[in-house]
Amino acid sequence: MNNLVVFPILLPLLSGISMFFFRDRIRLQRKVAVNGLLATLAVSLILVGMIAQNGVQVLHIGGWEAPFGITLVADMFAALLLTTASIVSLACLIYAFHSTDEAREKFYTYPFLMLLVCGVNGSFLTGDLFNLFVFYEVMLIASYVLLSLGGSKIQLRETIKYIAINIVASMLFVIAIAYLYAVVGTLNMAHLSERVAEIGQDGVITTISLLFLLVFGLKASLFLYFWLPGSYSAPPPAIAAIFAALLTKVGIYSIIRMFTLVFYHHPEVTHTIMIWLAALTMILGAIGAIAHWDVKKILNYNVIVSVGFIVFGIGLSHADALSGALFYLLHDMIAKALIFILGGAMISIAGTHNLREISGLISHHPALGWLFFLVALALAGIPPLSGFVGKVMILQGGVEKQFYSVVVISLITSLMVLYSVMKIFINGFWGETILSEEEEKSTGRGILIPGSILAALIILLGIGADWAMVYVEQAVEVLVNPSIYINAVFTQP
Amino acid sequence: MKFTDTILQTATRVLVMIILTYSIYILFAGHHNPGGGFIGGLVTSSALVLLAMAYDVRTVRQIIPFDFKRIGAFGVLVAVLTGTSALFFGEPFLFQVFAEVDLPLFGPRELATAVLFDLGVYFAVIGTTITIILSISEDQ
Amino acid sequence: METFMTIVAGILLTIGTYLVLSRSLLRIILGLSIFSHGAHLMLLTMAGLKQGAAPLVGEQTGTYTDPLPQALILTSIVISFALTAFFLVLGYRTYVELGTDDMRELRGENDE
Repeated sequence: MNNLVVFPILLPLLSGISMFFFRDRIRLQRKVAVNGLLATLAVSLILVGMIAQNGVQVLHIGGWEAPFGITLVADMFAALLLTTASIVSLACLIYAFHSTDEAREKFYTYPFLMLLVCGVNGSFLTGDLFNLFVFYEVMLIASYVLLSLGGSKIQLRETIKYIAINIVASMLFVIAIAYLYAVVGTLNMAHLSERVAEIGQDGVITTISLLFLLVFGLKASLFLYFWLPGSYSAPPPAIAAIFAALLTKVGIYSIIRMFTLVFYHHPEVTHTIMIWLAALTMILGAIGAIAHWDVKKILNYNVIVSVGFIVFGIGLSHADALSGALFYLLHDMIAKALIFILGGAMISIAGTHNLREISGLISHHPALGWLFFLVALALAGIPPLSGFVGKVMILQGGVEKQFYSVVVISLITSLMVLYSVMKIFINGFWGETILSEEEEKSTGRGILIPGSILAALIILLGIGADWAMVYVEQAVEVLVNPSIYINAVFTQP
Repeated sequence: MKFTDTILQTATRVLVMIILTYSIYILFAGHHNPGGGFIGGLVTSSALVLLAMAYDVRTVRQIIPFDFKRIGAFGVLVAVLTGTSALFFGEPFLFQVFAEVDLPLFGPRELATAVLFDLGVYFAVIGTTITIILSISEDQ
Repeated sequence: METFMTIVAGILLTIGTYLVLSRSLLRIILGLSIFSHGAHLMLLTMAGLKQGAAPLVGEQTGTYTDPLPQALILTSIVISFALTAFFLVLGYRTYVELGTDDMRELRGENDE
């Protein structure tokens, strides 16, 4: 039993809820939000340290032993994601202070941001399939509210689509849970893993696992990404940044968790399907990214490409490729948050998101421009930035497993990604300066603190990859040996 | 919207008291029998909705001048804090205890900390339901 | 009995899908709510319908009904209740702000 495990859920929840009592005191709300996230970050770092020393940490809620009660499990994988998620949401929150208008701030933007973080952290920590569904819903309800706050036409329309798709996906999730429960009679993930291994993963269970892949694919925008470009361009930039950095990653987390812990017996079916879906996702996402001339759309399609790439790493079912995928996942959370923050700042300075009408921003905003250049290189995987290590490991895994065509696809799409973000850089920052400083719609100063935090992390993660890899490999060790996870859940009191 | 249905208004005055009493019974019965915070909260909010239908929303607002969003938040806070209080005794989150207590007037009763959690759920449900219903009906 | 309930769940899912595909926003919301009822019925049926006594310690029988699916279904119903309520409010706001509940009229390019 380790009560610390519940704190990453509890702290954002408590700070978010308490903000309802001082709706008009925005400065106080900001302080509470920052402190809540800092505390979450501190707890996550302590958890990383504890897990590195003592292995997987488990909390049986209410003292009900697994598999009868609800279990929270913090292994290294979850703890690393928790840490990254708290840093990223902290950066987005600081950017939100500058970019959110007062009406939105009074209408509970910060409380719902905290609830979103609570849902995300809960999804990372839960050791129970049904609770995963519940935390998904917590996260999604917060995201619905954040998406629709403001009530402009585009927001209302996109929220309607987003909710409709997510309700259908959630109900498919419930149905998939029902099928799985009918076959194995448990929902505790460790217990599931044990029982599926016992009875063998037959055709029925494989089919159910594909239904789960469908559900998580909808949430992670793996191939079923059609909702993403529209929805993520509706909310204000800080919210879009936190969505892009966290929401799809929870879907990816679930895919990794379920397909390494429970459905790992027939990789020739499930994982092969995953790889081809990932290849299609990369191709279609990259085509979308180079086709558009809208800053928001280009960035949104970039989210889709990276989802495809990470899932390719998972689908290889190869320990090194999996470490690469994890590393790339951590990198991508940071890089996506940074590039969305920078893109949002560009749009708010120029007052338009049409790339053809933005030009020469670098003369007044050198910091913004060079940060953008840095993150563009990181996204494309240029050494020594953080994207490089993960990419190389996944590609090596792909070559070893002889998926040459998909390796070629991912190389080509990463060039296309580089082209699409360089298009923003060249058109938006170079060229003739159209706007004088007085004509600009905002100063763009709000990006400096969050931007430099995230950029520093990208560089650190790139240079210190060896050091970070120690932790990533500990995480992968649990993923490739489900028995470590199962033992921790059943033997710890 | 302003209804002036005398029969409904007269009936409501009596019914609301009955419904509210019953909702509190349901809330506390929930520990061993069917019921609990969620259902109790829904029954209470149905009483408030009935009031709003029989009179009108503005009158109800005057009678009950609380911000229902805060009531909802208060409920969640109570529920989470009762769960958290277990941490101070070195027990896992949401741990609960119960004891047989001889109460004056009621006789021997079982008291459980889970009821506090249920109370939080009760307020959370009232808060959210009424917020949703009022936000639709207030805007003319 | 399970087969029958599965068919009923299937019919509910069909109706839900049909309504979701229509143009009116209200029908979409109702369709999604029926869709979730179908899913809940599926969850209850999949765990096996009534096989024994209520799962309480006092009942003196050999077999008990599995209490877990009922707990799950309650949670799921609460969630879909909240979602439907939120979606109704959103649909209403859309109708008030934009003066239409027809999905075709909500279409349009981003540069409005």
